[in-house]
Amino acid sequence: MCQKDSEVNVVDVQTRILARNDNTAAHNREHFLERDIFALNVMGSPGSGKTAVLEATARAFGDSRKLAALAGDLATDNDAARLRRAGLRARAIETGQACHLDAEMVHHELHHFDLAGVDYFFIENVGNLVCPAVYDLGQSANVVVLSVTEGEDKPLKYPTMFARADLVLLTKTDLLPHLPLVNVPAILDALARVMPDPRLIPISPLGGEGIIDWLDWLRMRRNAMLTTSEVFA
Amino acid sequence: MHEYSIIQSLVESVAAAVANREATVHRVDVAIGELAGVDCGLLATAFEVFRDGTLCEHAALTIDRIPARWECPRCGGDVACGGFLRCTLCDAPARLAAGDEIVLQRIELEVA
Repeated sequence: MCQKDSEVNVVDVQTRILARNDNTAAHNREHFLERDIFALNVMGSPGSGKTAVLEATARAFGDSRKLAALAGDLATDNDAARLRRAGLRARAIETGQACHLDAEMVHHELHHFDLAGVDYFFIENVGNLVCPAVYDLGQSANVVVLSVTEGEDKPLKYPTMFARADLVLLTKTDLLPHLPLVNVPAILDALARVMPDPRLIPISPLGGEGIIDWLDWLRMRRNAMLTTSEVFA
Repeated sequence: MHEYSIIQSLVESVAAAVANREATVHRVDVAIGELAGVDCGLLATAFEVFRDGTLCEHAALTIDRIPARWECPRCGGDVACGGFLRCTLCDAPARLAAGDEIVLQRIELEVA
């Protein structure tokens, strides 16, 4: 009687586990770039002021038809409704129990968007300083919204999120007169230890502080994107 | 708890590597960077839960934790973690040279 021998093999794979997400993100990025749309992944804790920043952006921008947004939350389309009232084209992604958006969710929603004339596409991620940093969505920049009430050492506690940020918006600065213990230079110090090229704009969506600097940053980064894509065209 | 969705992707990656071979997977080796945003303990727990009924059912998971390493993009010198992430010689912002890996390194399988 013959017995079939089995063979133990070690297969060297060396592949990114999230390769499928990365491929979809690359597809999303192509979709944005071929339409000259600057896409941003806007991340931050729940209640840090992500939606308020986008509302203030629409109010200050002038032509809000150039702005579009996806708002990710576990439940409700409240944020998307707020953004639509502020003048943005906006849709909600209700993730159920998922703590982050992934590239496939964004790709699915892009099919429902009329992107004609849009220059800036904000992807407001689920409020969370951990999981959203892991998933590429196809954005051109990462923006972290950090409110002054969250504590100066937040960047040190969540280094992965801040290490990947291109810009940090320090929100609710109108509260600073009532928060004598909050030390803004200490936030900058913490940032510089986890974010190689720390850029922080203090911003008050209510009071208006920093909105012009934020809009300038958006325009500068979009222009840089357009110049780069022309070079490679 | 994105570790569960990472394990789901890991099982798909293992299936792709096994391809159509009739095989039992004995071991799955992954590399997880210190700054990858993945908790290794939660990842191991998620693997225990999710491997049932998959081709990883009888596989052990080994996790190679890769420390973060920053370097200067100009001179290539190391930039220490914990301090300001700029090269003290070139004043250039540091770049992450290692520590963001979420990688399936290798699998050990027994082919019938």
